Amino acid sequence: MGNHQHHSETTLDVNGKPHTLTVDHRRVLLDLLREDLDLTGAKKGCDHGQCGACTVLVDGRRVNSCLLLAVTLDGCEVTTVEGLSGDGEEPHPLQRAFLERDAFQCGYCTPGQICSAAGMLAEAAAGHPSHVTDPAAPTGEPVPLDREEIRERLSGNLCRCGAYPRIAEAVEDVIR
Amino acid sequence: MTHREEEPVTHREVDSATSRGAAGVGAPAVRREGREKVTGTARYAAEYRFPGRAQAWPVPAAVARGRVSGIDVVDALAVPGVLTVLTHENAPRLAEPDDPTLAVLQNPRVPHRGWFVALVVGETLEAARAGAAAVRVTYDTEEHDVVLSPAHPDAYVPEEANGYPAVRERGDPDEAFGSSAVRVDVTYRVPPLHNHPMEPHTSTARWDDDRLTVHTSSQGTGAVRGVLAELFGLPKERVVVTAEHVGGGFGSKGTPRPDVVLAAMAARRTGLAVTVALPRRYLPAVVGHRAPTLHRLRLGAGADGRLASLVHEVTTHTSRIKEFVEAGAVPARVMYAAPHSRSAHRVAALDVPSPSWMRAPGEAPGMYALESAVDELAAALGMDPIELRVRNEPDAEPDSGAPFSSRHLVDCLREGARRFGWDGRDPRPRSRREGPLLLGTGVAAATYPVQVWPSTASARALPDGTFLVRINATDIGTGARTVLAQIGSDALGVPLERVRIEIGSTELPSASLAGGSSGTASWGWPVHEACARLARRLAGHRGPLPERGLDVRADTRGTADAESAWARHAFGAHFAEVAVDTVTGEVRAGRLLGVYAAGRILNSRTARSQFVGGMTMGLGMALTEGSTMDAAFGDFAESDLASYHVPVHADVGDIEAHWIDEEDPHLNPMGSKGIGEIGIVGTAAAIGNAVHHATGVRFRELPLTPDRVLAGLLGHRTTNGAPAGTAVSGSDAVPRP
Amino acid sequence: MKEFAYVRAGSVEEATSAYASHTGARYLGGGTNLVDLMKLGVERPTALIDVSRLPLDAVEELPDGALRIGATVRNSDLAAHPLVRDRYPALSQAVLAGASGQLRNAATTGGNLLQRTRCPYFQDLSKPCNKREPGSGCGALDGVHRDHAVLGHSAHCIATHPSDMAVALAALDGRVELYGPEGSRSVPAADFHRLPGDRPEQDTEIRPGELVTGVVLPAVAAGLPSAYRKARDRASYAFALASVAAVLRVADGVVDHVGLAFGALSHRPWRARRAEEALRGAAPTAAAFEHAVGLELSAARPLRDNAYKLPLARNLAVDVLSRLADTVPAGRTP
Repeated sequence: MGNHQHHSETTLDVNGKPHTLTVDHRRVLLDLLREDLDLTGAKKGCDHGQCGACTVLVDGRRVNSCLLLAVTLDGCEVTTVEGLSGDGEEPHPLQRAFLERDAFQCGYCTPGQICSAAGMLAEAAAGHPSHVTDPAAPTGEPVPLDREEIRERLSGNLCRCGAYPRIAEAVEDVIR
Repeated sequence: MTHREEEPVTHREVDSATSRGAAGVGAPAVRREGREKVTGTARYAAEYRFPGRAQAWPVPAAVARGRVSGIDVVDALAVPGVLTVLTHENAPRLAEPDDPTLAVLQNPRVPHRGWFVALVVGETLEAARAGAAAVRVTYDTEEHDVVLSPAHPDAYVPEEANGYPAVRERGDPDEAFGSSAVRVDVTYRVPPLHNHPMEPHTSTARWDDDRLTVHTSSQGTGAVRGVLAELFGLPKERVVVTAEHVGGGFGSKGTPRPDVVLAAMAARRTGLAVTVALPRRYLPAVVGHRAPTLHRLRLGAGADGRLASLVHEVTTHTSRIKEFVEAGAVPARVMYAAPHSRSAHRVAALDVPSPSWMRAPGEAPGMYALESAVDELAAALGMDPIELRVRNEPDAEPDSGAPFSSRHLVDCLREGARRFGWDGRDPRPRSRREGPLLLGTGVAAATYPVQVWPSTASARALPDGTFLVRINATDIGTGARTVLAQIGSDALGVPLERVRIEIGSTELPSASLAGGSSGTASWGWPVHEACARLARRLAGHRGPLPERGLDVRADTRGTADAESAWARHAFGAHFAEVAVDTVTGEVRAGRLLGVYAAGRILNSRTARSQFVGGMTMGLGMALTEGSTMDAAFGDFAESDLASYHVPVHADVGDIEAHWIDEEDPHLNPMGSKGIGEIGIVGTAAAIGNAVHHATGVRFRELPLTPDRVLAGLLGHRTTNGAPAGTAVSGSDAVPRP
Repeated sequence: MKEFAYVRAGSVEEATSAYASHTGARYLGGGTNLVDLMKLGVERPTALIDVSRLPLDAVEELPDGALRIGATVRNSDLAAHPLVRDRYPALSQAVLAGASGQLRNAATTGGNLLQRTRCPYFQDLSKPCNKREPGSGCGALDGVHRDHAVLGHSAHCIATHPSDMAVALAALDGRVELYGPEGSRSVPAADFHRLPGDRPEQDTEIRPGELVTGVVLPAVAAGLPSAYRKARDRASYAFALASVAAVLRVADGVVDHVGLAFGALSHRPWRARRAEEALRGAAPTAAAFEHAVGLELSAARPLRDNAYKLPLARNLAVDVLSRLADTVPAGRTP
């Protein structure tokens, strides 16, 4: 690559399936998922990385898909809420816990909350600290997730219906 | 009514109290659409795919007042993928709408900054957005005035305040105030607030000859259909509007918004299906906002705490094109027994975006002010604020004299006090300190009127033993499908899983909007009627059912809207515990607890979510949310979600919602009051009162952000020049940390 | 957003030469600010040179004991890195105090430094802004400016720099490494960002075509007690109203090493050199901290609506310095 074109061929693995598309360089991952692949689970709440409704996992890490240009993701693996449970018919444990805890109302932030929670669990397991982690905690070890940690780590996902307490409970259900 | 003698029933107890059937009314039935929402398959308005669907992007006006003098669309049309540009010069002509905010692209007038002056339709989102950036608009600008003040020369007394009389007065409140032993005379300010549902206002429209089909994000598709039919000169039968899933509304989707009109115009012009999903930053200007309210409260009481005079006067703004009056003084007509009282509204029409409904319009800001003033009175009297409220409990609705159909405010206060651990609280301000943190607790009352509107529903018994209930209700996150199925299942006397429900389309029996906490009552009533009548018909039916089943239809016109001799309101009590950081002025509400008397609770699981959600929005109103009208430019400075601070997970500590099992025979067949809004009413006052208890400083302007709180702690003036903390009594002197 | 060309650079040299061959190009890191600004029309590149996959993604110890953090290291990886957490806790804390988990997973070290102000007038093309459009005026000066600068601002611009990370780098005596058409160089982190003066369009000392390749934290600050604290409107996911990064070593009862920087007070992370000077050799008492910070903030010129920032910054600084003075140095030595 390296030209004056405005489109490029890009290959992405989305929920375990490879897709090769010619993408407008301006197209962000969120719009690619929603418009090109009809995967509308990731939501557009702000389009500017300020709400978290578009959260998906790229190479296992949670990101705001509204700010990622699709062309930059050539060769990446993307997991959306639709693919979180793999091929299985059974929902992911987080999806089940959200349902059982009534951890949502309008549902618009929900896919982002769930993908964010999945990413967060992996981060904590990998020893990533958060703003509320004790600075003296040992490095390189999994961080236990108490209520305060969950709240801080999920703060990139707004919920205007105010389901926060129940989301935290749902995440705790999965941790336990 | 028996509950007074009994231990109040909590949601946990209700959870197990399923004697009415496995998942009948009251049971914690799981949301019917829950699985679709957690797996990402629930479709919202932008997510309907039609071949060749186009996307459209609006262009907002860049001046606060004036006229469009020219629009150059040459560059925009040259953008690859741009299909067309609609402006007032070429857009389809619309009939004049009742709601002037929907007369988009009809004339060059710019009534406020952010008003849409063009719409660019593109093959893709990228093309439409690039096209919108390339539209060149010039304006003839005029002087504008967007700054509200209590003494604004244009402020007038409107005929009505959101449907209520603008002014009510009884006795001689001024004289009574003047001669009261203890007086509180204070002002409060609530800033503009924005609904900001997570799903921006969005519509997808397409035309098939002269039939218009719209998927929209709305709290009520019936009104959307009516407006579109009117604007485009169509019989209603040729307009179909659906709202299967709606990503929140909080009032801002209670009426059609420009997105749906623009989508229909663009679809008509292009012959394509067109989606208009409003960019987040454009919402504050075009989907309504909670208008700022300036409150003056005067409470005059005897030494025993009994109110002699209650005066609540509100000044607010509206736009030049539409009068909407935030009815902040209305709760003063309901709450307390004061023989002399005035509640009054004044409004100034400014060059601002049109305000509109936001969750608990009137009650939310009004009860912040009233319940803060009551707390000030309690402090001035040296009386417990719960006891003060109890002493002023009225026998009948103070303003109307009508008897309450049920009123259990005192029970809510007492039950909340018990659960919260209010007893033993040291009432002295600044009495609890942990390191740099000042801790405090506060209480406030809540109220919200019972509203119900006529609706229709059908119920059908099918030969396979299932039932189909159809009604154009809208689920904006309340769990309407679930609770209506529960109501139907109860009335039919059949298990919940045998009742199917269809909602969210104008193809269904017509029903009222999801707003005013009226949905479940308004929709449940005809669902109950239809199902109960169907059950009776089935009881008398012999032999197999016909293939298409047996159908019964119910219409509550004439019953739901019949005049009631009763004053019908839900009540509640909010308790808050806060920690104020003396280093930064940051306030955290670690614990909120609400107790509600809202009639019968029909689904304990989804009801709790609604209560907690309302309280969370109240927490935002108290601590984080606020918008600033930019005097020079005429728009809200905080237009996006990075600057307008909706609370995040980390802001929200423990929140508990409980309720009293209230039986009220004067409501509807389910015995329910609304629950969608009362959670936000009074929450900000409870938090503000707790901040006063923690700090000894009385803040009278929301939100309680670090700048204000720190300035108050230091005895400085707040940023707007108003005194941050004014002592109301000698014991309340402004301290220094 | 206009259409643009896209180049994925495989090496630093490739990146700078691609930049040179596209007039109006921009380097793209994690994109969390650049793509945001492109959507708003504030940034209008003709080409994006994607540097996010350059082999600059290591955190590595240098022979002299310093620590280099590559420009493409993601913010979350920087904050979690054991060497950063152990030796430069203020840096880890600063990064974790910013944005959200999702944004930190995407944002890069270089991009964090080069992010633009969040001034609402800068972001709104319909309003004047000298930073976005030199000569158009400053809408914030008489406008809504509660969040704006109190130090070092000019009549042309009162914007603040939004980074948390950069504040810690400034206090820790970090350096920013650059590579450009004229080769490599490095600039002290505290001097990397500029004051607005009459050229507010120029955020930093970076030269045309130069690329941030990394930041280096000096050995001298390694393992010293350091911390970052931020005040904001909500408990998380909000820009600072004021913040402070400090590193402090007390020896023989006096301050022996101190670095202090403020965030959200100025167009750049504000290195508090007057305060540092007053503290060096002084006993680490609250009174000394109050005095020193007061000296620093005496230069402040608050605007109509942001005078609160002065007591806020003072309280934050005194609080952080006092805590550090009580800290047993480096419990977890590297």
